[in-house]
Amino acid sequence: MKIIKDDGYKVEYNAADKTVDFSGTLRLSGLTEYAPIVECLETAVDDADSLTLSLKDLSFLNSSGIAVLSKFVIKARNKPDFSLTILGSDETPWQGKSLKNLQRLMPSLTLELL
Amino acid sequence: MSEKYRDYADIDPALCSEHMCLSFKPSSVPIKQRWRNNGLSADFLGDYLTTFFPKKDGEKDSVKKQAEIRDAVTYIANELLENAMKYSDDSSVIPNSIDLSLQEDKLVFTEVNAITEKQQAEFKDFITELNESDPDELFMKKLEASAVSESSSGLGYLTMINDYQANIGWLFDASSGGHQVTTQVIISI
Repeated sequence: MKIIKDDGYKVEYNAADKTVDFSGTLRLSGLTEYAPIVECLETAVDDADSLTLSLKDLSFLNSSGIAVLSKFVIKARNKPDFSLTILGSDETPWQGKSLKNLQRLMPSLTLELL
Repeated sequence: MSEKYRDYADIDPALCSEHMCLSFKPSSVPIKQRWRNNGLSADFLGDYLTTFFPKKDGEKDSVKKQAEIRDAVTYIANELLENAMKYSDDSSVIPNSIDLSLQEDKLVFTEVNAITEKQQAEFKDFITELNESDPDELFMKKLEASAVSESSSGLGYLTMINDYQANIGWLFDASSGGHQVTTQVIISI
């Protein structure tokens, strides 16, 4: 289990379960501050042929974070036969609005708003 | 001299029922510390607005409406404050400010910051690109570009337009105190 956490957020990568769980509020300053999370997501794609990303408990994500998720989804799209599932919550308004854009980047992505 | 771009509208203050303004001196504390204030300020504005959209017992729609307004205010205010901090002229005496006003059928965000001539030119290039593009296509193009570029992309503004159906306009001013830009974001409620 790899955990990245700081004031207000936590990202947990469980390689055995092939899951990455986000929680809290993420509004770091640009891609440099997001680098540890980017690295964790890239490792998760490199390590397996499938992954479930849970954003259900992520209440806020700024545009730099949206760029990070887009970068990750494009990496997953470019890996042959990679299967990606993103779990969100329809009770968190930003997820209903913005997560569909990730599916447009990778049409085979399974998006579940619970 | 003033130049207006895109959807910038002259708003009659008399139509505003409530408003709140926060103002910051750009160089008073280091950017890392100020960054935290962006989130606190955006959360505060989002919470403040919910007062005017109370939850009503047994009415699911009122609960959803309140959550949506809080989410939109927090996202938009946070993006405006982050942009102001990243792209303002820190040597200027002009403070960064954000004003949120509630009107009958809309919310108006007005963010003001000082800007250097170079920043102003880059900003106008982005606005030209936006005006000459379909915002949805440009948004997807910028998301694709995020995989290979770390440069600023205007993704925050494009999210506001595409996901929050916001109208955005800019006003560039020059005076003896230097250049400043006013970013106006309007969403229907």
